[in-house]
Amino acid sequence: MKIPEIFEFIRVDERLPHILCPGCGIGSAMNAMVRAIIESGLKNDDVCVVSGIGCSSRIPGYIDADTFHTLHGRAIPSATGVKLAHPELEVIVIAGDGDLLAIGGNHFIHAARRNLDMTVILINNFNYGMTGGQASPTTPQGKYAKTAPYGWTERNFDACAIAQASGAVFVARSTTYHVTHLRTLIKQAIKKKGFALVEVISQCPTLYGRLNRMGDAVKMLEYFRDNTISISQIKDPKEAEGKIVIGVLHDVEAPEYYETYKEIIRRAQAQKHHV
Amino acid sequence: MYKEIRLAGTGGQGLILAGVILAEAVGVYEGKKVIQTQSYGPEARGGASRTDVIISDTDILYPKARHLDILACLSQKSYDSYINDLKEGGIVIYDTFYVQATAANKGYGLPLAIRTRERFGREIFMNIVLLGALAEITGIVKIESLKKAVANHVPKVTLEHNLKALELGSEIGRGK
Amino acid sequence: MQLLSGNEATALGALKAGVRFFAGYPITPSTEIAEVMAEELPKVGGIFIQMEDEIASICAVIGAGASGMRAMTATSGPGFSLMQEGIGYAVMAEVPCIIVNVQRGGPATGLPTKVSQADVMAARWGTHGDHPIVALAPYSVLESFELTVKAVEFSLRLRMPVIILSDEIIGHMREVVKLPEEVTIYSPPPLTKSRDEYYHYDDDTNFDAPYAHFGQGYRIHLTGLTHRKDGFPTNDPKIIKWKLDRLLEKITKNREWLHLVDYQDLDSDTVIVSYGSSARSALEAKFEYEQRHNKKIGFLRLITIWPFHYQKLQSLLKNAKRVIVVEMNQGQMTREISRVIKHNAELINVNRYDGELITPEEILAVL
Repeated sequence: MKIPEIFEFIRVDERLPHILCPGCGIGSAMNAMVRAIIESGLKNDDVCVVSGIGCSSRIPGYIDADTFHTLHGRAIPSATGVKLAHPELEVIVIAGDGDLLAIGGNHFIHAARRNLDMTVILINNFNYGMTGGQASPTTPQGKYAKTAPYGWTERNFDACAIAQASGAVFVARSTTYHVTHLRTLIKQAIKKKGFALVEVISQCPTLYGRLNRMGDAVKMLEYFRDNTISISQIKDPKEAEGKIVIGVLHDVEAPEYYETYKEIIRRAQAQKHHV
Repeated sequence: MYKEIRLAGTGGQGLILAGVILAEAVGVYEGKKVIQTQSYGPEARGGASRTDVIISDTDILYPKARHLDILACLSQKSYDSYINDLKEGGIVIYDTFYVQATAANKGYGLPLAIRTRERFGREIFMNIVLLGALAEITGIVKIESLKKAVANHVPKVTLEHNLKALELGSEIGRGK
Repeated sequence: MQLLSGNEATALGALKAGVRFFAGYPITPSTEIAEVMAEELPKVGGIFIQMEDEIASICAVIGAGASGMRAMTATSGPGFSLMQEGIGYAVMAEVPCIIVNVQRGGPATGLPTKVSQADVMAARWGTHGDHPIVALAPYSVLESFELTVKAVEFSLRLRMPVIILSDEIIGHMREVVKLPEEVTIYSPPPLTKSRDEYYHYDDDTNFDAPYAHFGQGYRIHLTGLTHRKDGFPTNDPKIIKWKLDRLLEKITKNREWLHLVDYQDLDSDTVIVSYGSSARSALEAKFEYEQRHNKKIGFLRLITIWPFHYQKLQSLLKNAKRVIVVEMNQGQMTREISRVIKHNAELINVNRYDGELITPEEILAVL
C-alpha cells in the first residue's frame, strides 16, 4: 500500500503533529487499523471510529471519518448507540487498557455478551499513559508504576480471556512489533459479524518501559519479538509459559444483536397488525 | 359528586389492578373525572398494598384520598390502618376470612375469599370479585362498565373467569 | 379517552414526538417508561435496548442522538446521579437527547417507591462545570405527554440535553386523558453546506440551525474536551471562552420561549409558588381557601424549572406581599424564589420530605 493512500484517512491539515511520545506504540496500532480499514474496502464515510479517554483514545482525532471521542470508559456504550442508529456504519472502538478494562470493564463484558457488531481494538501498554504511568488492570504483578512504587501486588486481567468468557465471537492478539500480523487480525475482526476484540500489546517507553527498566522503544519491540508465540505453533501448553500468545484465539459464530433485534421488530409489527 | 375510595390489602392480591379497572370503568366508560394512585412497599408479594381512586364531576387536583367515602379491606393490617380514615357515614367493605371488624361501623363483612376459593379453587380472582361486590353495594360504578374495563386488563384466556368473578362479586354484594 | 399513568404518557409523548431510540436500566419509579418503550418501539421500527447500567444508558443515548436519532432514557435518583457525567458530555458536544428523572426520595437509595422533588438542584448542577440546562416539570398525566413532546423539540432546537423532572406521584398517578393523534414539532432544517464548508460548531449553528450527525459523510469529530468550531480540542483561552459563552447563549438568547409558567390571580397579596405534583396540592389549597374566605390567592406554577427566568418571575411576583413556596424538598426552589421577590415581601416555605405528597391542609395552615 502506498503512503498517500493512508493519508486519505488522516486529518493531515491541522491535526499533525500528533500528541504521542516518540517511540510510542499507539501510532503503529493506528497505522495497522487504517491499513486494515482500507484493505477491507471501506471508505472514509463507511466508518465511525469511537474511543474513550487516554493516549490510545486520541486516535480518532487523527482519522478522517466520523469520529467520536467519548467519556473515559464509555467508548463501547457510546458506540452501541451509533451502531444501532446506523447499522450500515462499520463501528470501530479503539481505546486503552485502563479505559476499556478498568472504568469501562463492565461495558466491555456486557458488549461481548450482547454481541452487537463492532470491532474493539484494545491497545494494552500496561499502564495509564496520559495521566503519567499509573498501574492499570493489565499491569503484571510485581511490575512498577507511579501508583505501585513498591511493585504492583494485584493480579492482572487477561482481556482476551475475559472477552471470550463473556461471549465475544472473535478474539485475537498481536503486538506492535508484528504490524502486518496485526493488520490481518484487525481485517478479520472488521469482517466478523458480532463483537470482535483485537488486543494490541504495545510499548509505552516513556512511562511503563522506563519505570520497569525495559529500555527504549526498540528494546521493548525486541522484547515483543522474542517473547511471543503464535497460537498455531503451540503443541504443548508449556511452550506458552511466560510468553505472549498471539494470533486468533477464539472465532465462533453466534447471533448478532441487531440481526436478532430486527426479528423482534418483525414480530412486534406482525402482532400490531393482528390487533 | 366527589367520592374517595380506597382498596387495601396485601401485595399480590391484585388490588392495584382492581383500582386501575375501577378508575377506567368510571373514567372512560362513564365519563367521570377520575384519578388513581397507589402506594406499595418493595415486596411484589406479601407487603402492604393500597390504591386510592377518586371520582368526581369536576377536576381533581390533590390525588390522594383524605376522607374516605368507601374503604375495602382484604387484610387485617389494612383494616386497622385505614378504618379511621373513613368519614362518618362512609362504607367499609371487608373480607370476613382475613379481617375481624373492630370498629363501631360494622359495614359489610363479605365472604369474598371463601366464595372465590369455592368457585375458582384459589383466590386469584378475589380482586375482581371485590369490584363486583363494591359496585353492587355502593352503586359507584356500573357492572357493565367494569366488564369493559376488565376486558382491557386481563389476558384473553382468563377473561371468562374474570367476568364470572365480577358476577360472583355482584351476587355476594346482593347478599346471595 | 384512555386511562394512563404519567409514566405511560411520558413514553407515548416520546413516541409521538419521534423518539425512536431508548436505552435504559430498570429503576423504580421510572421503569414503566422503559417497559412501554420496549413494547412500542419495535412496532414503529425503533430501537429499545436495556443497558448494563445508567452510565451505559446515557452514553448509548448520546451515541444515537449524535447519529441523528431522537433518543431518550428514563431513570430516578441514583441512576440520575450516575448519568451526570454523560449529561455534561451531551451539553459539551451539543448532542440533543432526553433524560427523564422520575424523582424519588434521596439521597442514595433513599425511598424507591416514595415521592420527592429533591433533584431540582441535581438537575441544575449535577454535572460539573459551567453549563446551561433545561428541565421541565409536568404536573399531570396529560402534561407528562405534552412536556415530553416539548422536551424533544427544545433539545432539537438547542442541540442540548433536556431533562424532564417528573416525580413518583405524577409518574404513577393515572388519569383519563385524550391524547392528540398527531403532534408537529420542530425539525432542524436540512444541511446545505458541503463538507468542506461545514463546521460542526459554527457561530450560526448554535440553535435553530442545521447540523450534521454521524453517518452523513460530514466526518464530524465529537469530544468532551473543550473544542474549536471544527470540534477539535483546544487550550486557547479565547476559544475556551467562546465555547462556554456559546453554550450559555443557548439559554440567554432563547429564555423567552423556553420559560413556561402557569399562573392565576397574581394581583393577590399572597401568592403560592409550586411545581410538579406539589402544585396540585397548592392549587387545591388555593381553591379551598377561596371557598371558605371569599378572598383570592395567587398561584404560580413553574413548568420550566430550568432555566430560571429572574426578570420574568420578578415581574410576575411584583405585587405579592407574601410568597409561599410549596415543594417536596428542604427548600431548593425557595432559595431561587427568594432572589426575585420584593425586598419587603414575606417568604414562607412549606416543605415536606418524608416521602408523602404534601397535603392541601399543610398549605392551608399557613394561608
